[in-house]
Amino acid sequence: MSKRLRSILTPIIAVLLGIIVGTIIMLVSGYNPVDAYTALWNGAFGDVYYTGEVIRQVTPYILAGLAVAFAFRVGLFNIGVEGQFIVGWLAAVWVGVAFDLPKVIHLPLAIIAAMVAGGLWAFIPGLLKARFRVHEVIVTIMMNYTALHTVNYIIRTKLNQGSAKTGMIHESASLRSPWLQELTTHSTMHWGIMIAIACCFIMWFLLEKTTRGFELRAVGFNQDAAHYAGMSVNKNIILSMVISGAFAGIAGAMEGLGTFGYMAVQGGFTGVGFNGIAVALLGGNTALGVFFSALLFGSLKIGALSMPLEAGVPKELVDIIIALIVFFVASSYIIRVVLDRFSKKGVK
Amino acid sequence: MTLMQILMIVIPSTLLWAAPLIFTALGGVFSERSGVVNIGLEGLMVIGAFSSIVFNLTFVGTFGSATPWIALLVAMLAGAIFSILHAVASITFRADHTVSGVAINLLATGLTLFLVKLIYNKGETDIIKHGFSKVDIPILKDIPVIGKILFQNTYWTSFVAIIVAVIAWYVIYKTPFGLRLRSVGEHPMAADTMGINVTKMRYLGVIISGALGGIGGGVYAQSISSNFSHATISGQGFMALAAMIFGKWHPLGAMGAALFFGFAQSISIIGSSLPYLKEIPDVYLLIAPYVLTILALTGFIGRAEAPKADGVHYIKGSR
Repeated sequence: MSKRLRSILTPIIAVLLGIIVGTIIMLVSGYNPVDAYTALWNGAFGDVYYTGEVIRQVTPYILAGLAVAFAFRVGLFNIGVEGQFIVGWLAAVWVGVAFDLPKVIHLPLAIIAAMVAGGLWAFIPGLLKARFRVHEVIVTIMMNYTALHTVNYIIRTKLNQGSAKTGMIHESASLRSPWLQELTTHSTMHWGIMIAIACCFIMWFLLEKTTRGFELRAVGFNQDAAHYAGMSVNKNIILSMVISGAFAGIAGAMEGLGTFGYMAVQGGFTGVGFNGIAVALLGGNTALGVFFSALLFGSLKIGALSMPLEAGVPKELVDIIIALIVFFVASSYIIRVVLDRFSKKGVK
Repeated sequence: MTLMQILMIVIPSTLLWAAPLIFTALGGVFSERSGVVNIGLEGLMVIGAFSSIVFNLTFVGTFGSATPWIALLVAMLAGAIFSILHAVASITFRADHTVSGVAINLLATGLTLFLVKLIYNKGETDIIKHGFSKVDIPILKDIPVIGKILFQNTYWTSFVAIIVAVIAWYVIYKTPFGLRLRSVGEHPMAADTMGINVTKMRYLGVIISGALGGIGGGVYAQSISSNFSHATISGQGFMALAAMIFGKWHPLGAMGAALFFGFAQSISIIGSSLPYLKEIPDVYLLIAPYVLTILALTGFIGRAEAPKADGVHYIKGSR
């Protein structure tokens, strides 16, 4: 079996296995899977409103997925997307609230602020990895909680507008569009999806078509070889974390400037960062793969909201399915072994 | 408020918050000493919290005041069984340990909330009637000064946690089992050459971590939150992970770190009612465990080094 075919088959099999186990769980718990999946489908694509919601949900997923994928390609595991996302969200909202500028300046400025905030938040684990060889997984986890508590503190004490949230951003920093909302019968869809798609393209171009991207990938493949070829491993490690964090920051800006228009005190993590890991893994850490798997997870998440009412099935079923998909993708070794065995039998 | 009074408030509260962290951090030590990274501690705590609360609510009529302890055993069993998933994925299926841990966390939250809705038809469980309650430890409570601070108005679970930490230290450092466990985490090929079954030891390490993580969740749910909802365990498992690292992968170190983090957590909650401490914004206390862990890893506070083969798959025949 060719490598290319296998790399496409593995995620598809993982998704199928996830859905099969999800079905078994529903059968065991006495729910009707057909009703549930029908509700899920209609809840995602049954109406133009739902499609708008799906696109809105897919937007941060794409960017969070790109963030995780970008670091993965350089051999780093950025679990800290959640923290960088939160920091970016706050930065974007802060710029949106604090300044009064024409839209052509204000909106890009807010997004850049989010990029910078996310990038800086990821710079720390990158620097520690490069300078002290500290494992980035642990540092980024710790940075997640640091971000959560710090951001909550800033909202409560500095940006508070009476309730536990910031003020609304000015219209000139908003990604919302009455036209898009009208088009999707008043969904919360906004222009962010264009930015997300552009970022997919940027990631592909950066990694595949530039010298810098070649260096980054080389470090990901083999640090020693890259070092021997005269590339600065440390510089590339830091750079990749910063770019990854910038993507995560933009994802936060999508929530701040598009979906909500403000930021509230967060009781816990939003889950976007962790779903980003699922998105990146399923998408094989490529820009195109991330796009499609974000589409899948976004539809699942939005579709799930209709399941309790339409089929009486708790929406958490979808979280179980997503977790299972991550499991099966992670265990792709065993899927590959089985595939190889089958294809060998076919040859004989 | 005298110093004595302050200590009588702060120390029992520290012990209360530290107990779940100690159990779970010890779980992390067992898993990582055997060479399997366990980011899934959070999920294992969720499973433990859920199963203990459900058992407690269901059987409180049958077992009366012994219910919380039996529920803790149930939580232990549930955690151990759930952790087998992580073991299978990361040892047998050669999944990336971190990814598998993330999946464990996602699955635990999804599954338990799904089951809560299935069983109780609402988003959270009722509040348990018989949790772990405050006790005075017999005999020890009569020691002058110390007795009043340490052994009055406190919880049995905190002392069990400390005893378990000492047992864990003995098992890992003083028994043949512990030596084998550490050897597969440091150099699995050498261990294999000496006839140690690497796969078996790693499975055991992960399952023990599941059992201890389950207990940690059960203790938290039955002494602090008293019910189960999506927010019951939010970050406790990761804080336990931090305690394990801050304690340099050593059972007693992990216990010390967990006590310290428990102190920080309890101060962030009760600090506003205490003199001097109410001046400190609680954000510093909330982020202290995480920031300190980063500093410890970096080497500013004594360098923390992971076991050599932590997170590395052992594939027979490869060098």
